[in-house]
Amino acid sequence: MAEAMKMRATMEGDVVDVKVLIQHPMDTGLMKDKKTGKLIPAHFINMVVATLNGKTVIDAQWGVGIAQNPFIGFRIKGGKPGDKVAVHAVDNLGTKFDGEVVVA
Amino acid sequence: MNQLRRAFLKNAGSVGAVAAAIATGLLNPVTVFAAAWNSLAFTTKDLPGALKNAGYDGAAESSDIMIKAPDIAENGAVVPVAATSNIPGTTSMAIFIDKNPAPMIADFQFMNGAEPYIATRVKMAKTSLVRVAVKAGGKNYIASREVKVTIGGCGG
Repeated sequence: MAEAMKMRATMEGDVVDVKVLIQHPMDTGLMKDKKTGKLIPAHFINMVVATLNGKTVIDAQWGVGIAQNPFIGFRIKGGKPGDKVAVHAVDNLGTKFDGEVVVA
Repeated sequence: MNQLRRAFLKNAGSVGAVAAAIATGLLNPVTVFAAAWNSLAFTTKDLPGALKNAGYDGAAESSDIMIKAPDIAENGAVVPVAATSNIPGTTSMAIFIDKNPAPMIADFQFMNGAEPYIATRVKMAKTSLVRVAVKAGGKNYIASREVKVTIGGCGG
């Protein structure tokens, strides 16, 4: 589901600044469907890994408290233009989300 | 000739080793998660328990953790939070919101040159302290900042 992820990586001084947006409902499991009155089951991204040229730089775990259509920004030292930044995420139902971007 | 053959065999050996490592998942470039999802910490309903289950208990208050968040959030469903740790040797950072149904929001491990900085957007049920806890040099540190919420964002 690469189309669900948008990424940007730019040099800011000697640091790579990465911004990531993932399309996801991030349902908490606590909200009711307004029409049926039934609870909407929890559906959220819970594991996220970011790599620079294949090496893990961020290893994250998320709960339901991350907002819908999650955004994360992070910074990596030691990168340069042309390097590859990739993000791999998985939600609690096992759906995988992958994105990759070249540092500009 | 002998030299060539030796070089060829050496290369063939290392390529085989890499293929085997990929096959066993050792070198899989993007699917390696360090640990299983910490469901205990993420479902704990009180802050002290969540801190403990996430491994951030006994944290000392620190002014070297900078939290950027709005003083007033009109919409609790989307509250921007950014945090930077100026504590040397920071290896991980976690976000907690006291008054949320489950206070633990996220935990980020930094490695291989990642700076101890995270920006994200969180949900807030109501006005609460937003806490950022950090692990550095085998010790835990924590800082907090209040965000007032006018419309809750956690299905209240």
